[in-house]
Amino acid sequence: MDFLAALILQFAYGIANLALVGLGLAIIFGMMRVINLAHGEFLMLGGYTVVVATNLGINIWIAMLILAPLVVGAIGVVVERVLIRFLYGRVVDTLLATWGLSLFLIGAVTAIFGPQTATTISAPIGPIAVGDYGTSGYELFLIVLTVALFSGVFAILRYTKLGLLARGTMQRSDMAAVLGVSTSQVYMATFGLGSAIAGLAGGVLAPITGVVPTIGATYIAKAFITVISGGTAILAGTASAAGLLGAMNSIVTYLTGPTLGEVALLGAAIVLLRVMPSGITGRFFRKSL
Amino acid sequence: MKLKRDIVGLVVIAIIGLVVMFGAPHVLQLFTIINLTTAIGLALLALSLGLVWGYGGILCFGQTAFFGMGAYAYAICAQNFGQTSGAVIIAIGAGATFAAMLGYFMFFGRISEVYLGVITLTVTLILFNLLRRTSGPEYKIGSALLGGFNGTNAPPLQVPWDAQLMLFPQQLFYVSMGALLLCYFGCVWLIRSQFGQVCVAIRENEVRAELLGYDARLYKLGLFSIGGGIAAVGGVLVANGIGRVTPDLFNLTYAAQAIIWVIVGGRGTLLGPVLGAFGVFWLTSWLGTQSYFNSNMVLGLVLILFVLLLPRGLVPAIGSIAKVSQQRTVSRRDRMRSRRRVARFETSGATDAT
Amino acid sequence: MRREVVVETRDLSMRFGGVSANENVNFRLFAGELRCLIGPNGAGKSTFFKCLTGQLKPSAGQVVIRDVETTGFDPHQIAQLGVGIKTQIPNVFDGLTVEENVWLACRRWNDARRARVICAQTLERVKLGDLRTRAVGALAHGQRQWVELAMVIAADPWLVLLDEPAAGMTDEETRFTAELIREINRTASLIIVEHDMNFIRAIAKKVTVFYRGSILIEDTMDAISADPVVRDVYLGHKH
Repeated sequence: MDFLAALILQFAYGIANLALVGLGLAIIFGMMRVINLAHGEFLMLGGYTVVVATNLGINIWIAMLILAPLVVGAIGVVVERVLIRFLYGRVVDTLLATWGLSLFLIGAVTAIFGPQTATTISAPIGPIAVGDYGTSGYELFLIVLTVALFSGVFAILRYTKLGLLARGTMQRSDMAAVLGVSTSQVYMATFGLGSAIAGLAGGVLAPITGVVPTIGATYIAKAFITVISGGTAILAGTASAAGLLGAMNSIVTYLTGPTLGEVALLGAAIVLLRVMPSGITGRFFRKSL
Repeated sequence: MKLKRDIVGLVVIAIIGLVVMFGAPHVLQLFTIINLTTAIGLALLALSLGLVWGYGGILCFGQTAFFGMGAYAYAICAQNFGQTSGAVIIAIGAGATFAAMLGYFMFFGRISEVYLGVITLTVTLILFNLLRRTSGPEYKIGSALLGGFNGTNAPPLQVPWDAQLMLFPQQLFYVSMGALLLCYFGCVWLIRSQFGQVCVAIRENEVRAELLGYDARLYKLGLFSIGGGIAAVGGVLVANGIGRVTPDLFNLTYAAQAIIWVIVGGRGTLLGPVLGAFGVFWLTSWLGTQSYFNSNMVLGLVLILFVLLLPRGLVPAIGSIAKVSQQRTVSRRDRMRSRRRVARFETSGATDAT
Repeated sequence: MRREVVVETRDLSMRFGGVSANENVNFRLFAGELRCLIGPNGAGKSTFFKCLTGQLKPSAGQVVIRDVETTGFDPHQIAQLGVGIKTQIPNVFDGLTVEENVWLACRRWNDARRARVICAQTLERVKLGDLRTRAVGALAHGQRQWVELAMVIAADPWLVLLDEPAAGMTDEETRFTAELIREINRTASLIIVEHDMNFIRAIAKKVTVFYRGSILIEDTMDAISADPVVRDVYLGHKH
């Protein structure tokens, strides 16, 4: 029984991980149809913010939950103003430009901090006992955080004026503009929000994955795949894709090991795209957020 | 008129290519010649993507999958068979076949352009991750250990008619350059054939091409498979140039570079990506020798600037400058002619025909 | 003598999610006919058209073209049956010249030499000879429609499906297009979706009126014009 609980927790963590990593990208993709290939680097920057902040003596919780999203959100706004803004509607060019941005950020961070980090941080919550089995208390925290984050974003989109404006712009930007909404400001805010969430995710995952300039590469593939498989509905898409792919990954990892687990995840995504070329929410849950 | 100009251009390229092929080993150092073999392999990767993406409109982010597959197939077969000629053929076949299988899946599933890019990127990443974890002694094909992230040894190319004789670096350079010229002109011929014209039409407007009765899926599949084969040839050459094949051949950096070469060199030309590959190769080698600028930063900036300022790439930009100056010469010539005509008209005293 | 039925749909329905764009459409076209499909916006004409061309797969029912059941066929398969199709938004190769566009259409069914001959003839027929080296993307809307028409004619189809061939054309251009269509009708059967009433009057014998996804009435243009139900439907009165 305890073993089952621990196992379920592991599976839930796998799903939460995918969802957390993908949410920032999903917001930007769902709202603006922009695929930000530098998303992995935004996660990386969140991690670096936490490392630098803790080295300066700032409390780790503040660094992870407040500082990281703020810093990376600000960077996101700058990127949107300087680069993304000129490429709206040009899907392929946006892909390429953000890829260039990703390379640039990796290079810049390597130049500033060197190819390895000076310190690693340890998880602020230690192991918790579940009956006879020990499980990571931090992973539990991450699961809770992911759920809270999704609920928060849902609440904002559904119940606030900003959320309504954003959803309107997302569906018909020309109509929104006619109604007096400054679409460029909405896009800027959206990109900033997506980046901030990416920063948050990178920050909280820093104790688990470690922080090196190239860590983005391990995130981007999974984030990309989760978001594309999910389709254009931001929350429902990411959640359902993370659920499906994460479950696939966890099951195969449990049975055979992490290598095949990852192959299974990627393979499942390909099959998913073949069957539902517009993602899960292209077929199901179409009207959802 | 256009055809004549094109033929002149192609002949010039052929001559330059042959001069480089036979002249370079006498002029350049041995080390440079070996490096150039690797560069040529990368140029073939660029050519394959220029064909598939630039002409075919198929956004493939993972062309490195076939490139690396060719390299690995060559290395493994050469180790197992002891002779390399068969290995080369199998490598090309592997690249083309794998492209055909992936292509069938993607084109007959009518997957949209952006998702095409995602899937191909995913495939090359899968291969990268898979091969990186094959370190143990149990991971081997035949007698060839896969070697994980260290990769495995790539036996040097042998003279086809004598398995004991290996090619010297200069001879390897001849073979590489020859392969590049062959593939380049092969692609030129392909583009001008009816098959190539239909592929371009499909890129321009797939709906209309289908309404004309062309099955777009088959044409894309054919072009994609050919591109896979060419990329595999590049893989074989890079395997020889470096001496080893590693999972890095499948990684994001190479995949990104392939895209950069085509963007910098120009979509819609075949020469552009090839030159782009040589240019970026030289740039990254030079960057590697100095520590002032981080190479990723420079590459990233180059990509961003090209996308923003020169979305069609260098070769078309140079081409349009040439065309503008040519038009200016033409219009100046026309103005001179019409002035002379008017002068003759006036002196002859003829009246206007009403 | 009974004329053969060349296009027939049986209980054709097309639904998108909860919306029914076409419901139980039973349609027949006879050999040599020129039929116009008209109706107010949202009536389902273009959806029906796309079910015929293979651009949409019907949710229910059948499409039969000359005894071949083509329900669910891909557009290239329909085209290979000898059907020429012009879409609502001109689908042409913008980056290629007029000549290259028409040549590609000719080359599909003829060898290189014959294709060049037919290409030249078609360009003359559609009066696009002077524009042959211009990039199609740079042409005016009406001219682009003619390029697409030329590509359709070049393949010498026995059945021609046109979606709004006169859209965005001046009166003079519309007249020329009507002439072209009458000429095409000598060797092919046609189905044309149109809005321009004068244009329809110039070419059509029989007209099919769509309303709310089904066929409301089929008759000559004169009879349709005088029908009070049709008038109400166009004015938006419920029926």
